[in-house]
Amino acid sequence: MADAMKMRATMQGDTADVKVLMNHIMETGLRKDAKTGQLIPAHFINSVVAAVNGKTVLEAQWGAAVAKNPFLGFRVKGAKAGDKITINAVDNKGEKLSGETTVA
Amino acid sequence: MNYLRRTFLRGTGAAGTVAIAIAAGLLKPGQVLAAEWNKVAFDATTTADAMKGLNVAGAVESKDILIKAPDIAENGAVVPVEVTSKIPGTTSIMIFVDKNQNPLIADFEFSNGAEGFVSTRIKMASTSHVKVAVKAGGKAYTASKEVKVTIGGCGG
Repeated sequence: MADAMKMRATMQGDTADVKVLMNHIMETGLRKDAKTGQLIPAHFINSVVAAVNGKTVLEAQWGAAVAKNPFLGFRVKGAKAGDKITINAVDNKGEKLSGETTVA
Repeated sequence: MNYLRRTFLRGTGAAGTVAIAIAAGLLKPGQVLAAEWNKVAFDATTTADAMKGLNVAGAVESKDILIKAPDIAENGAVVPVEVTSKIPGTTSIMIFVDKNQNPLIADFEFSNGAEGFVSTRIKMASTSHVKVAVKAGGKAYTASKEVKVTIGGCGG
C-alpha cells in the first residue's frame, strides 16, 4: 500500500515525540451496507509494533474501535536525533502496513 | 489448517469463532506475530470481562493516570484520547469504553524507554465512561473519564 503511514518524530528535551497517521478503513464489522442491508465485514489493524533502531519500544493490540485512519502518538525517552523509527502494523486480513522515519 | 487452529485456540483460550480467526489471517504458517491478539479480551462485551481477559481485574483507582479527552465529543467516530501514566514503571496502558459493544479499544505495551504515554483516536457508540487501566510493576491501576457523545460512531 502506498503512503500507508505518515510519520513525524521530533525531540522534546531528552524524549522523542513520535506521531503516526495510518491510512486504514478500520471497519468495525457492525455497520450495515445501506444498499444491501448486509453487514460490512470487519477490517481493522489489530497489531502495531514500533521500534527505535530495531529495538521494540511499543507493542499495541487494537480492536475495531480505534478510529478510521488511526492516529498514534507515543514518546520514547533516551532516543536521539537521527535515530530510525519504524512502525509495522498488521490488520485482521493479514495485510501489512509499515512506515519509517528518522528523529529530527 | 487444523493443527494451526488448535494452536491458535490454545494460545488465546478462545472457543468457537474459528472462522473469524481464519479470516483474520492470523493462521498463516510462518507469519511472525509480536504477540497473539487477545481475542478473549477484545470480544468481551463488558469492561469487567475485558479487564479479566487482560489480567487487570481488581485494578486500583489512581490519580496518577491522566486522561485527556473532550467532555463533549460531537462525533463519536473520532474521539481524541490521550493517556499519561505518572506511575513509575508503567509497562502497559489499556483503553476501554464501557458502553461500546466490545469495550476494549486497545492495549499498548511499552519497553526500551517508551514512556507511559499514548495518544490516539477512538470510536464511541454513545455517551460513556472512557476507562483506562495501567500495569506498572506487576500491579494494575485504573482511572476513568466521562465523555458525552452527540452522534455515535459505531454501527449505524
